[in-house]
Amino acid sequence: MLYNYLISFLLAVPLVGALLILLIKKDKDDLVRYFGLFISVAAFVVSLIIYFGYDAARGGFQLNEKYMWISNLHISYSVGIDGISLLLVLLTTFLTPLTLLSSWKSITKNVKGFTFFMLLLEVGMLGVFVSLDLFLFYIFWEAMLIPMYFIIGIWGGPRRVYASVKFFLFTMFGSLLMLVAIIWIGVYASGTLGHFSSDLIELYGIGPTIQYNIQLWMFLAFALSFAIKVPIFPLHTWLPDAHVEAPTAGSVILAGVLLKMGTYGLLRFCLPLFPQAALYFAPYISVLAIIGIIYGALVAMVQKDMKKLVAYSSVAHLGFVVLGIFALTQESMQGAVIQMVNHGLSTGALFLLVGVVYDRMHTRLIAEYGGIAKIVPVFAVFLMIASLSSIGLPGLNGFVGEFLILLGTFKSPVLDSWWYAGFAASGVIFAAVYLLWMYQRVVFGEVKNPKVNELKDMNKREVFILSAIFVFVIWIGVYPSTFLKVSESSTQKVIEQVLNIQNNGAK
Amino acid sequence: MAQLIYLTTLLPLVGFLINGLLGKKIKNEKIIGIIGSGTIGISFLIVLGAFFQTLALPVDQRQTIVHLFTWIQAGNFQVDAAYQVDQLSLVMALIVTGVGFIIHVYSIGYMHGDKGFGRFFAYLNLFIFAMMNLILADNFLLMFLGWEGVGLCSYLLIGFWYDRKFEKSTTSDAAKKAFIVNRIGDFGFLLGMFLIYLTFGSLNFNDVFTRAASLNIPQYVFNFIALFLFIGATGKSAQIPLYIWLPDAMAGPTPVSALIHAATMVTAGVYMVARCSILYASAPAIMTVVAVIGVLTAFFAATIGLVQNDIKKVLAYSTVSQLGYMFLALGVGAFTSGIFHVMTHAFFKALLFLGAGSVIHGMHDEQNIQNYGGLKKYMPKTYITFLIASLAISGIPPLSGYFSKDEILWYSFANGNFFYWLIGAVTALLTAFYMFRLVSLTFEGKERFGHDKHPHESPSVMTIPLIILAVLSAVGGFIGIPELFSGDHGNQFENWLEPIFKPAQARLAIYGVHSNAEEIILMIVTLAGVIGSIYAARYIYLKNNKPAENLSKKFKGVYNLLLNKYFVDEAYDAVVVNPLVKGSDKVLWSFADVKIIDGLINGVAGLIEKISGSIRKIQTGVAQFYALIMMLGIVAALFWIILSL
Repeated sequence: MLYNYLISFLLAVPLVGALLILLIKKDKDDLVRYFGLFISVAAFVVSLIIYFGYDAARGGFQLNEKYMWISNLHISYSVGIDGISLLLVLLTTFLTPLTLLSSWKSITKNVKGFTFFMLLLEVGMLGVFVSLDLFLFYIFWEAMLIPMYFIIGIWGGPRRVYASVKFFLFTMFGSLLMLVAIIWIGVYASGTLGHFSSDLIELYGIGPTIQYNIQLWMFLAFALSFAIKVPIFPLHTWLPDAHVEAPTAGSVILAGVLLKMGTYGLLRFCLPLFPQAALYFAPYISVLAIIGIIYGALVAMVQKDMKKLVAYSSVAHLGFVVLGIFALTQESMQGAVIQMVNHGLSTGALFLLVGVVYDRMHTRLIAEYGGIAKIVPVFAVFLMIASLSSIGLPGLNGFVGEFLILLGTFKSPVLDSWWYAGFAASGVIFAAVYLLWMYQRVVFGEVKNPKVNELKDMNKREVFILSAIFVFVIWIGVYPSTFLKVSESSTQKVIEQVLNIQNNGAK
Repeated sequence: MAQLIYLTTLLPLVGFLINGLLGKKIKNEKIIGIIGSGTIGISFLIVLGAFFQTLALPVDQRQTIVHLFTWIQAGNFQVDAAYQVDQLSLVMALIVTGVGFIIHVYSIGYMHGDKGFGRFFAYLNLFIFAMMNLILADNFLLMFLGWEGVGLCSYLLIGFWYDRKFEKSTTSDAAKKAFIVNRIGDFGFLLGMFLIYLTFGSLNFNDVFTRAASLNIPQYVFNFIALFLFIGATGKSAQIPLYIWLPDAMAGPTPVSALIHAATMVTAGVYMVARCSILYASAPAIMTVVAVIGVLTAFFAATIGLVQNDIKKVLAYSTVSQLGYMFLALGVGAFTSGIFHVMTHAFFKALLFLGAGSVIHGMHDEQNIQNYGGLKKYMPKTYITFLIASLAISGIPPLSGYFSKDEILWYSFANGNFFYWLIGAVTALLTAFYMFRLVSLTFEGKERFGHDKHPHESPSVMTIPLIILAVLSAVGGFIGIPELFSGDHGNQFENWLEPIFKPAQARLAIYGVHSNAEEIILMIVTLAGVIGSIYAARYIYLKNNKPAENLSKKFKGVYNLLLNKYFVDEAYDAVVVNPLVKGSDKVLWSFADVKIIDGLINGVAGLIEKISGSIRKIQTGVAQFYALIMMLGIVAALFWIILSL
């Protein structure tokens, strides 16, 4: 019975939880913390039930629910899940409790508000991944900005206002164009369907019939919004500011999940809705992605602030994901999906670890550290594992994604050139450079700053959080089939949606 | 036993986990040492069992595939975690576990009292785990896992004493350099794999090699594949132009230098090229590249080795040089000889490093050979074993190095050309010279160290490994006695490996048109030169130092060039590293990112603010002003209407 409403239930858990938190008295911080944690764990459990209920072999959208919402425009509350969104839902519900746990001691100002916004954020992110109606999607997409804006703006660093406004305006700008495009398609659809439509499944059939030169504009209107979110070079400059100013939990969610909404949007909307345009733009976007890979890595290399370094490394990593999507091969697309998860795990871990030392030292400047291996040996080991995961060491998660992306790109008929993979692969060198250099300056050498002598090693709570992430870092590295299997048929479908059009010729 | 081969990776992994996670709690060095070496010892026995089992099989059934699970699968791409037990992987596995076990045992003595004792053994076991994966993999990707894995262990072990200084910088600089330079090579390896997958539709060795032998594939594809993979090999096996990390890798503890940076890991590139022999045989142009790079590296590194004063540095350049020989062998199609030299080199070079470690241990961390002298009196076992290894590497018969090196020189002439032979032979003379410079300055002559040093022989946990390796260095060559001496029996080692290299040999179609007489003449010439070289070194460094001093004075430029290793590190820094870091900082970051991109965005935001700011001023709130504007507007409108009538 409940099984038919699982996705709604998944959205309801954090939403109701967030509202209930408002009822708790303001001074009961610990109660709020435990309750928030309980709710987010409950949401994780629900997502696990969905995972076990999802028939990966069959693929396609499952557990669909559809209720008419605005009937004269045929806008409905329509949700459903496929292999791609399932993995991202799991990533979201997995990271949220960990971020709440990581804020246990570091967030002391207005705990109630913080937990409320975090749960609300979770609703928004989950909503984005399960929406099958463009209008519903758009609402979640925008709604999610608000809690993030407050999380950065209230609990952030010294330049939090600048960063949060920049974050808000940047992303808002993109999404307005998307709204225009959504309305345009809805109106266009009425030509065939006889009524306005924002139903994604219906539009999958209609999008490809849009006239080629209009399709190009539609694609751009959607893609710009997603490209800002990813972010694709040169639209990335909001990211380092937002990361540096955000509290640790904000950074983890921002890097771990929010950025994936951009790549997810490209996969779910841009490619299947506007296949001819996607094929046209594939080489250009791939070039931007590769620039992002190399540029992001080189700029990361010279950062003095650890968080900024990790932020720029995200530009590089997401470049791989975008490249994998637009190479349009099964290998690269599977790699891109698993790499979205990987980036959430490894970058999430890196931000959490920066947070661990920031909580103690209140500085993120690399130069303030050095020689802490002896003082905090457990931290040193954890940071090593997280860095290696991010570097893409075979046997850990990052390698599987990067390798599949590069392999798929190399053989991609759409891009049809070795150069793409050749340049992109140079990113593996730079990743080692910036992370190992940071590691060396932070962990190795002699103690230069006497303050680090008083550093306390990671406590049990912190060890637990990171160990939970590392279980999957190793799991995906050694036996990725568990996860690749989930998205296999879904990515295949996306590719077919694009390439079949190419084979049939534009109508 | 071959079916149990997965235990040889599993056991070291278990050892790594136990010592890594519990090492601090165990504390007892004996237990840690026994766990660390025990896992490798048992692995060696398993490999030995698999070897004898395979030996008993008919020649065409000597390959066993042990399938574990499907590793990565996406679309048509599939790659398994599976091990391939065959003649070649068994030879390598015997070297790695055998020499590895000896070095583990030695480390119990060498690392005694170190705070990181448990960590050291954990890393060492992790290394064997990765190395065995590299060797046993039945496909390129699993090999790459081992390939990067050994690089990681090398990184961790070079920087083992992470708070120490090393030369002008720190151990962690050396470690980072090793990892990054290796990654540059790995970039080539990756591209090679992509191209292999694109061409053959698989990364599995058996699939790729059979298809390479049968399918009709354009020449340029083979050339690129072979070249890309060779770039990987130059990184891992320290060849020109990526050799620069290996001398710095000496910052790590000496057993690490012996195990990783001499006997095993650095030969991975040789193993990989040999494994892909059919791909190289299909790309003759790249074979030439391999041979030329090999012979040049051999010579180039040997010249640097002539003047170095750090005992480990001399041995490091010697390793680079010997690796060059191995690539020379591969490049001229003498794959067996390359692998043969891998084996003998593992014996004598591991022995040299462990001997050096024993000396450093006895001399309280002094590494400058100018401050040694006359040590044979204090450490006789170390001296004798070191001497045997030096004779072996110099190529004095019938020690192991003689057979392997002579074979390489012969094939470089027979399959290659006179110049390969000539440079190779000159390098052999240089090798003998720097080795006996080292022996003379360290063990013989006057004592040049201060009274604060009390040299002593190392404990038996260290000297017994030296003795075992000395025996192997002495007699290890007999399994590969050339046909010239063994007659009908043939070269045992070559017979064993023959099925592996058969397809490549068939494609290369090199049939010796040279006579035994030529072989003997060349052998005698080289041998005479080597003996002369040894005498010269002994004369200069024991009796009369004048010639060396005169030479270094007369050719001060050359001497400085050699002493500073041709300034290659400095050149790389000036041409690649500094521009990249400065450019990223000043151009990409401070200029492009902050000024241009972000400046543009903030500029737009600022512009909007300005415009709206000035428009805002119209809203004065003064009613008369609004009325005035309204009047003006009405007048203007009226004019416009009238004019347009």
